[in-house]
Amino acid sequence: MSKETGHSDHIPGTHVFTGQRSKRGLKLNRFAFSLNQASNREAYLQDAEAYMDNCGLSSWEKEKVLARDYKSLVEEGGGSIYMLLKLGSVTGEGLASLGAQQRGETKEEFMQTRNVALKENE
Amino acid sequence: MGKIVAGVGTSHVPSIGVAYDTNQQLTPEWKPLFDGYIPAKEWLKEKGVTHAIVIYNDHGTDFFFDKYPTFAMGAADEYPIGDESFGVRDLPSVKGDTDFSFHLANELVLKHEFDLTICQEMLMDHGLLAPYPLLFDHEPDWSVKTVPFNVNVLQHPLPTPRRLWKLGQAMRQSVESYPEDVRVAILGTGGLSHQLHGTRFGHMNEAWDKEFLDRIEDDPESLLDIPHDVWMERGGAEAVEMMMWLTMRGALTPEVTKIHRNYYLPMLTGMGLTVLEDAA
Ligand SMILES: [Fe+2]
Repeated sequence: MSKETGHSDHIPGTHVFTGQRSKRGLKLNRFAFSLNQASNREAYLQDAEAYMDNCGLSSWEKEKVLARDYKSLVEEGGGSIYMLLKLGSVTGEGLASLGAQQRGETKEEFMQTRNVALKENE
Repeated sequence: MGKIVAGVGTSHVPSIGVAYDTNQQLTPEWKPLFDGYIPAKEWLKEKGVTHAIVIYNDHGTDFFFDKYPTFAMGAADEYPIGDESFGVRDLPSVKGDTDFSFHLANELVLKHEFDLTICQEMLMDHGLLAPYPLLFDHEPDWSVKTVPFNVNVLQHPLPTPRRLWKLGQAMRQSVESYPEDVRVAILGTGGLSHQLHGTRFGHMNEAWDKEFLDRIEDDPESLLDIPHDVWMERGGAEAVEMMMWLTMRGALTPEVTKIHRNYYLPMLTGMGLTVLEDAA
């Protein structure tokens, strides 16, 4: 078990959401959690940078959020996928888009690997 | 006296809620899922269910990682629908039964030594809501009183499968010691196979899902010593939540009567449904 991640991370392509990762991502995840409130979604859409500053995000975190780089936010930033999904309410992206980006694919490429295409929140 | 009259295992995939709210029940993509719930809902109505204890997890609707309870049970007469960032679903607030919840709290904490967080206010999350209207009427209001029971399956360390099973056993005794004639359905929610993060995003495992559905019915105790890592390897990291079905199963008799089962594997998640009752 690694002291840094709290897990052996032996499952390929998997970053188990441990307490250690949760600690690293606390501000990032709290920012995403705050989007549950409609007034916060509006504030973000008005001025994303200022909103993220208010949430105390680092410049690395702000850059990755604006770049929609969920892969980095999960793998390095301690992002919880359940919290990051909430960003879809301000970017218009659904779960499959977040997933495709993490796999290094376009959404179209990813959808070709699926049995059935379902509509999501987006 | 209280009695457990039904055990239900069900997925709680959020897209089920979206499909329900946009009337996609009869589309080719969704019919195989929604049709599966029709006989289940009918049967629950026939059984005269008055209360439902729902074992589920919040996904960042009401609970945040700054303080994260392992077990959190609602004790209120009403639970508002939460905004998960996509707006509030047009469903009546979930109705509770404070007296019944506090009875369960007293029994679970004092007699069975489960140290719970008791919540007098709780916002409802898709972990409970996604399958709920498929199982119970909600017009003009919900046909059952609900005890929402939230389990940490997000931030490791998580409770073990055996602990969740024992919780189900304790839950049964606690229901049976209630002086009123409540007829209780216990729901275990979550899964089946899915992974939502990393390059393994989209992992599904039909063979494991079907084996799980068999074992939860016929040999649930064989699931109790499976480590979290193995649940995650087989079903995907987020599928570790399948363990919550064990609380439902632990609340039933060792042998069960199988009422109904459904399975559908469309896009990202194995969607399972199983309906059971105590062996006669
Ligand atoms: Fe879940």
